[in-house]
Amino acid sequence: MILEGKALKYGDNINTDLIIPGKYLILTSPAELAAHAMEGGGPEFPRKIREHGILVAGRNFGCGSSREHAPLALKHAGTRCILAESFARIFFRNSVNLGLPVLECPGISRQVSTGDLLKVNLAEGYVENSTRGVRLKAKAFPDFLLKILERGGLMAYVEARLGEEE
Amino acid sequence: MPPQTMAEKILARAAGLPYVEPGDFVEAEVDRVMVNDLTGPLTVEALRKLSRPRVAHPERLIIVLDHQTPADSVHSARLHKILREFASEFHVENFYDVGWGVCHQVLPEEGHVAPGMLVVGADSHTCTYGAFGAFATGVGSTDAAAALALGKLWFKVPESMKIEVKGVPRLPLTGKDVILHIIGKVGEDGANYRSVEFTGEAISALSMDSRMTISNMAVEMGAKAGLMEVDEKTLEFLRQVGVGGAKPVKSDPEASYVETLEVDVGGLEPQVAAPPSPANVKPVSELSSVEVDQAFLGSCTNGRLEDLRIAARILKGRKVASRVRFIVIPASRRIYEQALEEGLIQTLVKAGAVVGPPTCGPCLGGHLGVLAEDEVCISTTNRNFTGRMGSPKAEIYLASAATVAASALTGRITDPREVMAE
Repeated sequence: MILEGKALKYGDNINTDLIIPGKYLILTSPAELAAHAMEGGGPEFPRKIREHGILVAGRNFGCGSSREHAPLALKHAGTRCILAESFARIFFRNSVNLGLPVLECPGISRQVSTGDLLKVNLAEGYVENSTRGVRLKAKAFPDFLLKILERGGLMAYVEARLGEEE
Repeated sequence: MPPQTMAEKILARAAGLPYVEPGDFVEAEVDRVMVNDLTGPLTVEALRKLSRPRVAHPERLIIVLDHQTPADSVHSARLHKILREFASEFHVENFYDVGWGVCHQVLPEEGHVAPGMLVVGADSHTCTYGAFGAFATGVGSTDAAAALALGKLWFKVPESMKIEVKGVPRLPLTGKDVILHIIGKVGEDGANYRSVEFTGEAISALSMDSRMTISNMAVEMGAKAGLMEVDEKTLEFLRQVGVGGAKPVKSDPEASYVETLEVDVGGLEPQVAAPPSPANVKPVSELSSVEVDQAFLGSCTNGRLEDLRIAARILKGRKVASRVRFIVIPASRRIYEQALEEGLIQTLVKAGAVVGPPTCGPCLGGHLGVLAEDEVCISTTNRNFTGRMGSPKAEIYLASAATVAASALTGRITDPREVMAE
């Protein structure tokens, strides 16, 4: 799985209240949620991520609530992949489960600026910053999780499992 | 067999393995799955995507309507309706409709949590049940759907971290001061991916109410779970809610921890987390010049009897400051009833409190106490992120029920020891 796009960069401890404020949790439609993605940090994210595609962040991205509305909003706003120094664990699970690639990439906040052209290789675990001409190593994505991602999310995996059991 | 922590033992048992090691991926049988009115509808949607939607063990599912309750909009009412219809279609008997209370209070109170269980909940504060010696962790809606369809879910075995809490906290100090102090030391992601084990004389000395507060906020330092060993107080709580035959799990003495932290809370000053992070913790005296517009006592963190009792003790025969809105929300109907019987609600209402029905309410900026621009709230809840309780320009300070009640009384952040009668 290889993904390409431009970086849109955020800082440390981006929490789920910022990604999708609590007042929008009564929404369930991905398109409606996407319109409010990252609204806690201002209204411009949906427009910018469509132009960029790859979200880059610092430590502890997605900390706070278990709301799956957060990765759902980001994904449907046009985020193709999230690269961060580290992720909060529930957000990480939720993203994989929804088929949104998330890669832990230590050092990325120093090596990438907004607008840099990135190429992400999930299976082999590296990020190429074509703008700066550097290659960054990411934490290997466990095979088991890669299988879920390749199927497009956890429910497709569950469907396959239930099929096998019959 | 290598020595194991209690978290590892529970995961190994649930995965049907003799033992597990940190970093292992396991598929484990889940004993309880909880969803609420904000996360549950996405779980239902995920299940309905299956060619044949199914719930492997309906008796293990608990649905609690608690976040936007009673419905405050047509949108919320629809979410509630989706879950009512789902519960009826899939024969879910453990369905707690509007008014029962906040999920993390309702589950233990109604006897759904026992030591040694593996519990997942589509709510990050599911780690609350660690106070009962269960491995309980927050997951997303799709995780919950997978756990319901298969009866099992994937887990990465976390590294364990031990936090030994020394000293005996005395009222008005409660579990909230202890956990805020710990989060201040560990940091917002200092326990990320880890299973935390709280031990020590402070934990033994604290009530179950306070212990639940401590486990509840383990997620605020990134932890996957926040466990405590079972003792006589745990067993007494379980007896009262009709949970018998508890099989407590203990860590082996030689079990290995990725980090051990010692904290002394003996002479601790009441603690407050200043915006915008639960880890931005300061002693109350450093914030005594902060004026507040709203004080909130409630939530899965601190809406329990211990909290209502100490607030009533501080406010008995007094009036809250005229510029402060003091909102009180008991965490469950049972707590509400007991507080009525003890006269706590009457005391608080006479003091000027606005008492709401059991719900998560203002904690997540849902309803019943949303903040406007430039307003300041002192709250017993768990998160003070920017925009959490309403406007991104409002400020939230987190504290114990005693500190919140004392601050409601004076109109500024106040050390409860200054206003408590001897």
